Amino acid sequence: MSHDHEKTGAFEYLTTRKDELVGWARKFSLFPYPFVTACCAMEFMSVSSTMYDTDRFGAALPRFSPRQSDLLMVVGTVTHKQAPILKKVYEQMCEPKWVMAFGVCATSGGFYQNYAALQGIDKIIPVDVYIPGCPPRPESVIDGIMQLQEKIAGSSHPIVGEKF
Amino acid sequence: MAVDLLERLRARLSEDGLEAEFAHGLLAVQLPREALLETVHRLKNEFGFDLFLDVTAVDWPDRDPRFDVVCHFYSTHDHVRVRLKTRVPAADPVVDSLVPLYGSAAFMERECHDMFGIRFRGNEDLRPILLYEGFQGHPLRKDYPKEREQPLVRYRE
Repeated sequence: MSHDHEKTGAFEYLTTRKDELVGWARKFSLFPYPFVTACCAMEFMSVSSTMYDTDRFGAALPRFSPRQSDLLMVVGTVTHKQAPILKKVYEQMCEPKWVMAFGVCATSGGFYQNYAALQGIDKIIPVDVYIPGCPPRPESVIDGIMQLQEKIAGSSHPIVGEKF
Repeated sequence: MAVDLLERLRARLSEDGLEAEFAHGLLAVQLPREALLETVHRLKNEFGFDLFLDVTAVDWPDRDPRFDVVCHFYSTHDHVRVRLKTRVPAADPVVDSLVPLYGSAAFMERECHDMFGIRFRGNEDLRPILLYEGFQGHPLRKDYPKEREQPLVRYRE
């Protein structure tokens, strides 16, 4: 990239269009890693199978290795004893990566406030989308996926170097 | 048949001077901790209580022997249960381990040690089982604050 290009706006226009294109492609190609610890798993199964079918949003194929996935779905209560595992899974994922807190327990600890329960996974890892509910309705999960897709579509996607 | 067994058991225990009464269809026995191991031995070998169901504790913060250690036994032949309750003081919360009689007691005693700090004489392996190394205190004691957290991962920000 030449550094002395004139600021005509053409370059910025191209960059924006590139982000839109990459964002559009990425938002329909989510590979979730289900970090499933508790009863929310039942709703996760429901939302990912034929009835509600997250495949419609390109988010159906779970990868059971964090290295192959870009969406960490934390489904259920995370305890202090489990927190190091969650942190390690998050750190093993490659960029770009997003995190979904599925259900109130992952969001805020839910009704657990005791020696065992982590009061929300955002205490240890950054979270992109929170889905409330105990457990959340499949519709809420789909809404969460769609909000995450909007976020992905609207953000910048640096792919070659810093500028482009 | 089953009730007969419990009646015989009650008569046998009252010979030893132990209180036993029926509660919710099982026989509840209050006994001093010195008598625990011998009584369990008798339950297992003379009365056929072959399954050790659970050991847990109850914390009574204002009572003088502060803890009740509660054991449940089941007879898979006669389908009846017996509950043994032993009082132990907070200064010396020790009872005899039941590992020599029931191997399954090992894990349950570890849990009870985690949660209430009851020590079991004869159980050599009282490492944390549900809690983790470095956890301070015993969370099911009434004086453990509900909001006290002991995180293993440093919080963000």
